[in-house]
Amino acid sequence: MRVLAAMSGGVDSAVAAARAVEAGHEVVGVHLALSRMPGTLRTGSRGCCTIEDSMDAQRAAKKLGIPFYVWDFSERFKQDVVDDFLAEYQAGRTPNPCMRCNERIKFAALLERALALDFDALCTGHYATVSQDSEGNYELHRSLAMAKDQSYVLGVLTQDQLKHSYFPLGATASKDLVRAEAAQRGLTVANKPDSYDICFIPEGDTREWLREFVQSEPGKIIDQSGEVVGEHDGHVGFTIGQRKGLRLGRPAKDGKPRYVLEIRPKTKEVVVGPEDALAISELAGSRFSWCGKEPENQMDFFDCEVQVRAHAESVPAKAAVVNQELVIRVDQPLFGVAPGQTAVLYQGTRVLGQTTIDRTATEAALNV
Amino acid sequence: MAVFLDHAATSPLRPEALSALNQALLQLGNPSSIHSHGQATREILEQARDQIANSVGCNRSEVVFSSGGTEANNQAVKGIWWSRSSSERKLIISSPLEHKALLDPIQWLVEHEGAELVELPISNGHVSLAALEEILRERSQEIVLISLMWVNNETGVITDIEAVTEIAKPYGIPVHSDAIAALGRIPIDFAKSGLYAMSISGHKVGAPIGIGALVVRRDAKPVNLIHGGGQERGLRSGTMNYSLASAFGAAAELAVRQMSETQSRLRVLRDKIETAITAAIPSAVLTAKNSIRVEHNAHFIFPGVNNDSLLFLLDQQGISVSAGSACQAGVLGPSHVLIGMGYSEADAASCIRVSLGYNTTEADVDVFVNGLIEAYPKALAASPMP
Repeated sequence: MRVLAAMSGGVDSAVAAARAVEAGHEVVGVHLALSRMPGTLRTGSRGCCTIEDSMDAQRAAKKLGIPFYVWDFSERFKQDVVDDFLAEYQAGRTPNPCMRCNERIKFAALLERALALDFDALCTGHYATVSQDSEGNYELHRSLAMAKDQSYVLGVLTQDQLKHSYFPLGATASKDLVRAEAAQRGLTVANKPDSYDICFIPEGDTREWLREFVQSEPGKIIDQSGEVVGEHDGHVGFTIGQRKGLRLGRPAKDGKPRYVLEIRPKTKEVVVGPEDALAISELAGSRFSWCGKEPENQMDFFDCEVQVRAHAESVPAKAAVVNQELVIRVDQPLFGVAPGQTAVLYQGTRVLGQTTIDRTATEAALNV
Repeated sequence: MAVFLDHAATSPLRPEALSALNQALLQLGNPSSIHSHGQATREILEQARDQIANSVGCNRSEVVFSSGGTEANNQAVKGIWWSRSSSERKLIISSPLEHKALLDPIQWLVEHEGAELVELPISNGHVSLAALEEILRERSQEIVLISLMWVNNETGVITDIEAVTEIAKPYGIPVHSDAIAALGRIPIDFAKSGLYAMSISGHKVGAPIGIGALVVRRDAKPVNLIHGGGQERGLRSGTMNYSLASAFGAAAELAVRQMSETQSRLRVLRDKIETAITAAIPSAVLTAKNSIRVEHNAHFIFPGVNNDSLLFLLDQQGISVSAGSACQAGVLGPSHVLIGMGYSEADAASCIRVSLGYNTTEADVDVFVNGLIEAYPKALAASPMP
């Protein structure tokens, strides 16, 4: 088949493209220019967006003997990922920009262009597996290398997108094997450091960067009863579950530490309280999607597992669609879950679907 | 069949330039040495200087070899700035349509040296000479330098440089021109032009990449950017690259000698491209259609088409054209030239430049026209709806 290989300049996407070539496909490499003003050299642990990364991708493509292009998606990326990221923080939520990028850029804008240009599939270096069930439905599964598994950030993919997705690294047992393979293939990126920071934030200092772009004024820190217990110089620096750096004048009555429970940008309030008030038993969101075939009887609660962060463990849960909202109840409470995060549902290794979390509720609140 | 219609990016090496290069490379000697080896390579260098001087109508001492057009532009803009600027004189007059190799040095002076840039307004791809007259009348004492390109590298629009220098002359303000896209394409007579300095580049006329020159008047004394042994009138220290200079001399001489014949031939081919494309794709816009422009360049906007997709499809057919100037990391982005002409960002990211050269054939043109007409609907489908 004709395969468009997205090449970030990192080792994973280079090896993925190499495997696509070796599998006999007709492969073209493409690097996405996501920043209008790319830096010259890579800094910190960001994985793309500099000219050096683009050149690394090009060198890898030339090594593989495939045509290579740089496509400018910077305008789309700014609108759909960066602006969305800022708007979410402005609203006091905690977004996942990599998810948004997969949802709107890589597996939407890029995939659509690939299909229009007669490609059959989009190949990336994600650690995840696509398979088909007996009826031919496409399914997304965790990768064999559990430590690198990236099925979480792909939870937004739909049946149609999965059909055209090609993840050659999904069945590899570890990243070390991928690096060794890159070295053996003579790819110069074999020893390039892993990336884990948000690609569009320079120096990887999210909080500092947000302060520059998100309006956030000083306000009150209050407890659950509404009593003012301190002041802050802007809601943007806070995340749900945060304990340090609150600078509260006096200790709580019970003497126990207090945590950020809620951020209310409209009233400029940050709500703090005891740890047990962070114990979330229910998550819900209206922006949900099914990854592959939809569950039958989705209006009735069904057994599954839920994962709320890219590198969190999944925990047993029950989920159902109630009043056009995907409601997820966990058996054991989850801590530090913030609206804006994505909850991905699994059954075993299979990804069932996902929702952006709009609201959370504690056990106590549910029992009222 | 591979078709190369991107001569404005770089033109294929002329056999005569290669032969001159090969011969020069075999001659041992540092052109500054006094012994016979040094004299032999000095002679190669000076013959090349003669060839360049004859090609652009200047005195041989006015040719200062450089590594290329970008260096020549930097030497001109910064060198003239440092020789003429003062606390009362900080203004540089230019245009938004200049190449980055000119705009960026000016921008650097703005950011680091307190320069003020005034960009002349644009009408139909041409800079407004009326606006130039006006600012000279009002602020001539404050002006360090006027710099306007002779031929635009994207649209091919020609600036009437003699009219510019005529306007500037009574005020005694030096005028520099980036003539990189003009060399070998339109007649250049430096002495007659009234210019103070002019940048040219070898690889646009079939010499290798890595050689160019700043043509700078005998009485001009821009401050040198590079310090060392004082070669090239003290403006460009460093052992002189006589081999590349020799190739540049051969290529420039040939390009200029054959210019009239070549450009007339290319005009027919260019018109064929424009007629065929606009007939097949009625929505296509010829960017500088009613401007005074060079004969070998065609520039289109295909509204609604993303140029990444169109260039990809053409490259898959072995056809090399471009969207504007070649730039770092291959990221196209919208053309600042088109934005400077008043086109929208979307249109400025939907353009194709086709530039022909001395070895372009009618068969090349036919392959391109058919290839583009075939690729167009697919590229349109691959572009997101606005």
